[in-house]
Amino acid sequence: MIEIQHLTKRFGALTAVDDVSFDVARGEVLGFLGPNGAGKSTTMKMVTGFLDPTSGTAKVCGHDVVSDPIGAQRKIGYLPEGAPLYGDMTPRGLLKFVAEARGIPASQRAAAIDRAVSRVHIEEVLNRRIDTLSKGYKRRVGLAQAIVHDPEVLILDEPTDGLDPNQKHDVRELIREMSRDKVIVLSTHILEEVAAVCSRAIIIARGKLRFDGTPADLQAMDPAHGAVSLTIGQAPGTTEALGESLSAIDGVARVEPLDAANGVASFRLYPAEGANVFGPLSALAHERGWEVDHLAVEDGRLDEVFRTVTAGDARS
Amino acid sequence: MSRTITVFKRELAGYFATPVAYVFIVVFLLFTGITTFNVGNFYERGQADLMSFFFFHPWLYLFLIPAISMRLWSEERSSGTIELLMTLPISTTQAVFGKFLAAWCFAGIALALTFPVWVTVNVLGEPDNGVIVASYLGSFLMAGAYLAIGSLISSLTRNQVIAFVLSALGCAVLVAAGSDWVLNLVRSVFPEWVAQTVASFSVQAHFDQITKGIIDLRDLVYFGTLLVACLAANAVTLNASKAD
Ligand SMILES: Nc1ncnc2c1ncn2[C@@H]1O[C@H](COP(=O)(O)OP(=O)(O)OP(=O)(O)O)[C@@H](O)[C@H]1O
Ligand SMILES: [Mg+2]
Repeated sequence: MIEIQHLTKRFGALTAVDDVSFDVARGEVLGFLGPNGAGKSTTMKMVTGFLDPTSGTAKVCGHDVVSDPIGAQRKIGYLPEGAPLYGDMTPRGLLKFVAEARGIPASQRAAAIDRAVSRVHIEEVLNRRIDTLSKGYKRRVGLAQAIVHDPEVLILDEPTDGLDPNQKHDVRELIREMSRDKVIVLSTHILEEVAAVCSRAIIIARGKLRFDGTPADLQAMDPAHGAVSLTIGQAPGTTEALGESLSAIDGVARVEPLDAANGVASFRLYPAEGANVFGPLSALAHERGWEVDHLAVEDGRLDEVFRTVTAGDARS
Repeated sequence: MSRTITVFKRELAGYFATPVAYVFIVVFLLFTGITTFNVGNFYERGQADLMSFFFFHPWLYLFLIPAISMRLWSEERSSGTIELLMTLPISTTQAVFGKFLAAWCFAGIALALTFPVWVTVNVLGEPDNGVIVASYLGSFLMAGAYLAIGSLISSLTRNQVIAFVLSALGCAVLVAAGSDWVLNLVRSVFPEWVAQTVASFSVQAHFDQITKGIIDLRDLVYFGTLLVACLAANAVTLNASKAD
């Protein structure tokens, strides 16, 4: 439903988005990741028809955002970065305005507004000036206006920024709930969020697409993915000696000693291609009578992968 | 069209959501009153007409109208709400027109609230009410032209103070183009036809015609053209610069 091809945006000499292409299909929740200044918001602004691309095309439900922006915008619900809202209005007034602008027939407006309001729980602030609301409530009002017309495509720029843990949870639930019949694209700096709600992750850095796959694929890119970590309390013998006996296990390609302190020794064992070291390792630990505090196969850490994929790419 | 009305309604309600609107109306009435009675010698002239009321409008509007128009787009840009507005399924033309109409309507309300002076002249004598209606129309059209200029300039900056100053300057140039001082200056350098052309761009001449009670198509075309040209330019500049 979203088709992006060779999308590029230049601001003078700066290429904010550089030849990015990807499609998003119905039912997908796409997490948009990248360091500050990577071009996430710029990409979203082009897809929502706010910014014209320098080159390349973006289509939403078949509507080209340059030649038919209104057609594309009808299909989209959008939460811009920072959730800008008319501060002198009340949430109720704002939602009425957006519902009207979105072309919801007058007879259905009240019901549509009620539905959006109850989904983001802003009932108690409906009649207060938006200026006087806390940051989290403003964000929720921003979300409410994005979903008031039950759009097919939802584009959310940092939707959980500034929300309390309960609200973060609620918003993730909301996203999961709505994802069945929609396309959802969200940007975030919270990597766990991607693992929690997204069916797909894209990383961009310096405007270029660096990764496109499932959150699980992303985790698997961590060299530590599939490695076994072991922590022994009351380490019998020196770290070196322990390391040597671990290296001797069949199928262990490399042993990495992690920080050791107070007689506790920690290692990470990288298996050779296709080898299973968990079984032999637990057998060895049992045989030697080690006091094992922790023994687990690692999933890989998203923040490690994120750092590697975007290394040296921070941009103001 | 319905989207224009949606924008119009939100914008107009926005004026009255804060005390600014009421303060503006009070200031507007105060200044029109002072210029009419103190500077314009309304009573001393001993004439049952509103000449002394309308005479100062081109100059009064120089600072009153930019005070309305300065926030039109500058505020949207500085608060970021422009991104909300321009990603709704509303065209730039509808947004520009809707916001402009709201500002014009607001100026119209302020102007309409000067009706007591009209009542006063009717109590004191027998004025030519046709001339007065025409003058109100002229004043309203002039406010529209100023607002269109102000809206255009407000779309170029996110700073409301800059928008105010530049709009006032822009309108001042348009008024001053008709003054003898400017025309004599032009005549001293250029041939007469240039001076005539400059004079024809002036708001003053067209406004003067209408306040005499003569509603000439040329004057209407002048205000209409100025208004449409500024709003069209407004839409173009907005599309080019909305994200900066
Ligand atoms: N209107 C603009 N004019 C000039 N440069 C801009 C403009 N908008 C964005 N940029 C630049 O484009 C780059 C990408 O910005 P963008 O806002 O898309 O980053 P982002 O990935 O959303 O970052 P963040 O995580 O901080 O929100 C940045 O270097 C930014 O400074
Ligand atoms: Mg951003």
